[in-house]
Amino acid sequence: MWAFIARRLAAAVPVMIGITFVAFVLIHLVPGSPAKVILYGSQATPQQIANLTSQLGLDQPWWEQYARFLGQLLRGNLGTSYLTQTSVAHELLSRTPSTLILTGSAMVVAIVIGVPLGVLAGARPGSFLDRAARGVSFLGVAIPYFFLALLLVLLLSVRLNWFPSLDDGSFRALVLPAVSLGWGYAAILTRLVRGRIIEEYRSEYVRSAKARGCGEWRILLRHTLRNSSIPAITTIGLQFGNILTGAAVTEVIFGRAGLGSYLATSITSKNIPVVQGAIIVIGLAYVLINLAVDLIVGAVDPRARVA
Amino acid sequence: MAIATATAPLLTGSPPRPRSLATWVVLAVTAAVIIILLAAPGLIAHTGPTATTDDILAPPGGAHWFGTDQLGRDIFSRTVFGARPVLVASLLGVLVATVAGVALGLAAGTAPRWLNAVLMRVIDVLLAIPVLMIALILIATAGSGVASIVIAIGVAFTPGFARVVEASVRKLRSVEYVQAARVFGATSARTSVRHLLPNLMTEVIVLGTSAVGWAVLTATTLSFLGLGVQLPQPDWGTDLAAGATYLSTSWWLSTFPGLAITVTILAANFIGDSLMTALDPRGESLGSGR
Repeated sequence: MWAFIARRLAAAVPVMIGITFVAFVLIHLVPGSPAKVILYGSQATPQQIANLTSQLGLDQPWWEQYARFLGQLLRGNLGTSYLTQTSVAHELLSRTPSTLILTGSAMVVAIVIGVPLGVLAGARPGSFLDRAARGVSFLGVAIPYFFLALLLVLLLSVRLNWFPSLDDGSFRALVLPAVSLGWGYAAILTRLVRGRIIEEYRSEYVRSAKARGCGEWRILLRHTLRNSSIPAITTIGLQFGNILTGAAVTEVIFGRAGLGSYLATSITSKNIPVVQGAIIVIGLAYVLINLAVDLIVGAVDPRARVA
Repeated sequence: MAIATATAPLLTGSPPRPRSLATWVVLAVTAAVIIILLAAPGLIAHTGPTATTDDILAPPGGAHWFGTDQLGRDIFSRTVFGARPVLVASLLGVLVATVAGVALGLAAGTAPRWLNAVLMRVIDVLLAIPVLMIALILIATAGSGVASIVIAIGVAFTPGFARVVEASVRKLRSVEYVQAARVFGATSARTSVRHLLPNLMTEVIVLGTSAVGWAVLTATTLSFLGLGVQLPQPDWGTDLAAGATYLSTSWWLSTFPGLAITVTILAANFIGDSLMTALDPRGESLGSGR
């Protein structure tokens, strides 16, 4: 198990370094020099721009710039915002919890709806329940979450007034964003779990459990669900990045102050240090979650440790 | 993303041959609708998408099937004309990603071991960044618009395609006739084009088709965020976002563009699934949608 953990950690390091490099390269890809963007609107002289360029270290060779970027990063410094001159790390950190709470809630919605629906549908393939679950999952994948968000606001907030349409910091305000974001992933999980349960039902060990006189529910919950949970965990881990960016879009709709709205305004205003910081935070979160998923799967399923 | 988790590459070399008549009919009708929406949307909608009338915020009815917006523009017409940027962005984007992904996958799969390792680590890094994030980064550098969305989808989907193609190439390389071609002195490029590529076609078509729904979602998300087609030009994502302001009084402004996106993704996933079942006798899922 320790060798497995070490191998997984070693594989995550180059990915993380690569992400920092992508973030670093960004500053050179954006048209217009950073100094001009910072001094935009202040009628700066060419001399001022040149001074700021050398002050930012942008006249040095790229590998020196990258080394400095990495050095700053290791000390937790993500640079300063072009617009407000405040610390990007501080700004991002204060907004990250809100986004992570929404991402986590959406995952909970996906699991709480998707797994039971998939299990029930897979236990009785072809039944009314199965057909209903398949319809729901087909539709769930097709409705864009930002459209579902508007429909839910229209129905449950504007018409019925059950939930607030804008964030007020309460738990009730989290329900609509989490459901609209989690629904599509619930659909993916339903489909996946259903397929696995059908497969597991055909296997030898289920037949022998039946022969031993195990009850249906016991087989379902103790045997097949456990074996079907591994691909479900892996899938939700792989989807984490997409849920996270989806959370960023959902935040904009519901007026939640998270990473998403901050990132969206920073992209339009070409506030590169913020975009770089967001890439690194999201990339790091993604790598850590997938590392955790790998370790969980390795702990549950010894076969996964060998590969 | 779903493409990255794709399993069970198809090693059969036959071209796509949908089995049932129903699949053929659906494919033909979809193709006809797409062609009309792209080439002559005026055949379906009789008014222009930016033409204003005196009916302001009129609910759906006989004169305006989908109602009108705050400037008196016909929503039905805007929904029909709004298909073009969405279809162009998602279909062209997937095409770009398919070509680039196949090229990269073939190159990595036939490269020397060290180069393969380097390329695959780079692909791993790109796969670790969410698709929407890559698209947003590219649009931050290239500016907004349909062309940027095509590039964004193309680049963001390439690593997933390349990963799947590379895995199949590695499997195919050990097949006897590929080994034989190498023994007879065929160059790596010749082996790729003459022997590997034709055998990958089925899988590539399925991979591309099942990515279209996901591409439509990405394209409309980007235009929903205001990074695609700019008003007053029609676009499903842009119109959906613009109509949200009137949600509490005039629900039809956002609902019809939203339904159009939903129906398009449903159709794309249905076609992807039918093609997959038609081409893969084991009926294993390659994963579609998000």
